[in-house]
Amino acid sequence: MSLDPAIYRDLLLSLLPELVLTGWALVLLLFVAWHHRTARDTRIAGWLTLLALLSTAIATWWLWWNRAGVGGGVVAMIAADDFRWVADWIFLGAAALTVLISFAYLEREQLLVPEYYVLLIFGTLGMMVMAAGADLMVIFLGLELMSVAVYVLAGLDRRRARSAEAALKYFLLGAFASGFLLYGIALVYGATGTTNLGLIGGQVGTMGKPGVMLLAGLALLIVGFAFKIAAVPFHMWAPDVYDGSPTPVTAFMATGVKAAAFAALFRVLNQAFGPVAVWHDILWWLAVVTMIGGNFFALGQRSLKRMLAYSSVAHAGYLLVAVTAGGVAGTSAFLVYVTAYTLMSLGAFAVLTAKGRAGESDVLIDDLAGLASERPWLAFALAVCLLSLLGFPGTAGFIGKWYILIAATSAGKNTLAAILVLTSVVSAGYYLPVIMAMYMKPPPVEHAHVDVSLDRWGRTAVAVVVAGLLLFGVWPNRLLDLAKSAASSVYPSATTAVTPP
Amino acid sequence: MYARWVLTALLAWPLLAGLVVLLLPARLAKYVALGASLIEFAISVPLWWTFAPAGGMQFVADYTWIAAWGIHFTVGLDGISLFLVLLTTFLMPLSILGSWSYITKRETGFYTLLLVLTTGMIGVFVALDLFLFYVMWEVMLIPMYFIIGVWGGDNRLYAAIKFFIYTFFGSLLMLVAILVLYLHAGQATGVYSFGYAHLLSNAKDLGPTGWWLFGAFFLAFAIKVPMFPLHTWLPDAHVEAPTAGSVILAGILLKMGTYGFLRFALPFFPAVALNQNVQLVIVILSLIGIIYGGLVAMVQPDFKKLIAYSSVAHLGFVTLGIWALTLQSVQGALLIMINHGISTGALFFLAGMIYERRHSRLIEAYGGIARVVPLFAAILTVVSLSSIALPGTNGFVGEFLVLLGSFRTYPIATALATTGVIVAAAYLLTALQRVIYNPLTNPENEKLPDLSPREIAVLVPLLVCILWVGIYPKPFLQRMEPAARALIEQMKPSAAPTAGQP
Repeated sequence: MSLDPAIYRDLLLSLLPELVLTGWALVLLLFVAWHHRTARDTRIAGWLTLLALLSTAIATWWLWWNRAGVGGGVVAMIAADDFRWVADWIFLGAAALTVLISFAYLEREQLLVPEYYVLLIFGTLGMMVMAAGADLMVIFLGLELMSVAVYVLAGLDRRRARSAEAALKYFLLGAFASGFLLYGIALVYGATGTTNLGLIGGQVGTMGKPGVMLLAGLALLIVGFAFKIAAVPFHMWAPDVYDGSPTPVTAFMATGVKAAAFAALFRVLNQAFGPVAVWHDILWWLAVVTMIGGNFFALGQRSLKRMLAYSSVAHAGYLLVAVTAGGVAGTSAFLVYVTAYTLMSLGAFAVLTAKGRAGESDVLIDDLAGLASERPWLAFALAVCLLSLLGFPGTAGFIGKWYILIAATSAGKNTLAAILVLTSVVSAGYYLPVIMAMYMKPPPVEHAHVDVSLDRWGRTAVAVVVAGLLLFGVWPNRLLDLAKSAASSVYPSATTAVTPP
Repeated sequence: MYARWVLTALLAWPLLAGLVVLLLPARLAKYVALGASLIEFAISVPLWWTFAPAGGMQFVADYTWIAAWGIHFTVGLDGISLFLVLLTTFLMPLSILGSWSYITKRETGFYTLLLVLTTGMIGVFVALDLFLFYVMWEVMLIPMYFIIGVWGGDNRLYAAIKFFIYTFFGSLLMLVAILVLYLHAGQATGVYSFGYAHLLSNAKDLGPTGWWLFGAFFLAFAIKVPMFPLHTWLPDAHVEAPTAGSVILAGILLKMGTYGFLRFALPFFPAVALNQNVQLVIVILSLIGIIYGGLVAMVQPDFKKLIAYSSVAHLGFVTLGIWALTLQSVQGALLIMINHGISTGALFFLAGMIYERRHSRLIEAYGGIARVVPLFAAILTVVSLSSIALPGTNGFVGEFLVLLGSFRTYPIATALATTGVIVAAAYLLTALQRVIYNPLTNPENEKLPDLSPREIAVLVPLLVCILWVGIYPKPFLQRMEPAARALIEQMKPSAAPTAGQP
């Protein structure tokens, strides 16, 4: 199905998933205007959100099934390619799992604000717009939509000082990052006279040696994105914000927000700045310091939530390796890894919500001692998630890491691959103590974990995560095919010398 | 027919049985696990007769696994891996039977992990696809980590994490090396595959990269063996692990390192492996392992630690024999790998049995117990003598072949290595004297019960093997010879690596 964005019908069709989700967001907004008092209202809002996410996923699937694409030669602000659909599914999946672990959480923590779900939908919408943007302005709009929603979500638990602190910190630094991004867009516009990714790419290709203004714009863009993905040295906000926010929100931020920023980064760098060699070097260094920094900082953490926050910084580093590698291999490695990462990170945070109270930031790793003997299934689930985060064979995390390594080595970046695996060894130093505490240490007091439990829906989310991690770990064929077709759709010309796989 | 499914069955059966054990009540777990491992052994036994020594890779099964990356589930067996697979299936029922009274908590978990470990170990020895090999290599890490960490001694957490991180460190660098090999072969031929034969035949012309790749493979295997400066995880892990864990660690896991040398590090990078300086370094490290391991074993107050350091020494002979690359030395090295599994396994069983009675591993806690537990003392003596390599026992055949074969290549080093045999006699005979002879001074030892029928059932098969290999090693040597010869042919500078004939 070829779409021509100049025709209204086609334009609307190409925006179908976003429109569906916006419609639901408005319906939900109306609903919560009247019903926002009881736990039941919050629960209904949650179910409506799941319905919204599901119908959006179906709309996306319909477009994917019909091979929707923007017709050849048309300069559009919206991309319609497999990369976008697959990225959308990842965001929708992350949001849906977040909803599942939120039901009981909101009631337990007395956060009975059904607007929570509206914000979640708007955040997801922002992500989808980011992944769809074929124009820097659209990407910026999506980024702001997502960010504003998540700023509010971070401060949802307003009675708790840490949550308020997290929201303020996130907002101030996020606004700062948006400023960088916008200034970068302005400079790029100044250098090329357009904000469309395809047109910038064309200009840059014929330009020969890129000018100072373009390079400055590119650098500012990278800084703006690096803030959002929490790459070292722009990660300073991440631990505090992740730590202070309500845990389901943290899970959503660590997975969805990060995935969206990466998706946009991929598109910008590869479609607009493909011929500019210098960003490969910048990202090479960014990846190295992020992997080293994230892993070593995480080693020193005693709080489980902060450890997971730093580990998400480290994983941003691994994803940056995929960005640096670029090409079809790098892009599909990114998609595979980010799918695995979304599952394993959400799973870990979900188990954390079962153990902790009041924001979970005071759950130390040693507090999990003996969990395996009292809550074997939860301990098993967390162990699978952590082993997957560690990149252990048999889990999706390993397949993702393996793919990133293939992409890096086939792009000739063997040193980067070696640094990736060496920092992975470091990460064993903080993932294993959690497993060790759960399985090998006795509980501090008898019945230390009696109140550790998830409700039915939380358990469903964790079960889906574990099943997904093990399935993709052993039989990743479908996922790989999907990621590969999505990745090749970003490079329509197919002129890039691509080495299989 | 048997040839087509046997290896797949050997891999799948323990995994399935492990799942079943997991769902059983704790009191049944040990019986079902023993039954499952006996069936596993029964499946593997016909390999001994159906194996054709001159047939190269046999029992090959090949299924597509992850087509996008050219990954296949390919397994096969040759004269090198045959014995290691049989050793694994042979030691597993004994380990399970030997743990019956030792393991008293979380039994289902323990036996499940042992069965999963079986799959991992056999997988390492039969994998003919480097992705599969890597997965298996890592997969066996987790069960072992839990076995040490949950059921181990007082210092188990430290030992478990040390074991894990050492091995993980080595194997991840090997992972990158595998990928580089894969891409090198893919770019040269256009065929992207992790198949062993494919990578082997395209591992030429690596130039300086070959050095890095060899280094990565070597590091992974040398940690596992372990070779001298990388051995420090071993005493901790061996001492803290429960009996079955120590037996499997010493009996099988260490062999993965030397197997890796034979299967990957040497044939893939002959130019680097046979470089004068590399050879010199490895022979010196082996020698240090033999002599230093023996000397350190001599001063250990802890019986399990003594056995652990004796492993370092024995494995030093293996690496020496492998790098000497003569027919006798390679055959001898292979034989020591098996002998060490049998003798050291038996030693660990005996150490565990006496520990269960007295709850002490210290040599000085015993003395004169030959009068109290005569059967135990007799078996310990025979096993110790086999570990010292007394003629007539299995140890002698292996070490003699290694020394004989290596003498042609490295006369001085071999002469020095011979002193290792004397050192071995010194530490084991001293320990033997202090444990079972000498006057009986400690009153706590006066009431020790002798071996139970179950314990005898564990030890007798090992004793039979000790004498069998010691007196009539021909069936073993015969089955190894073509594979060893093929390896040596392959390593000749002029000979190009031939596909499918490792």
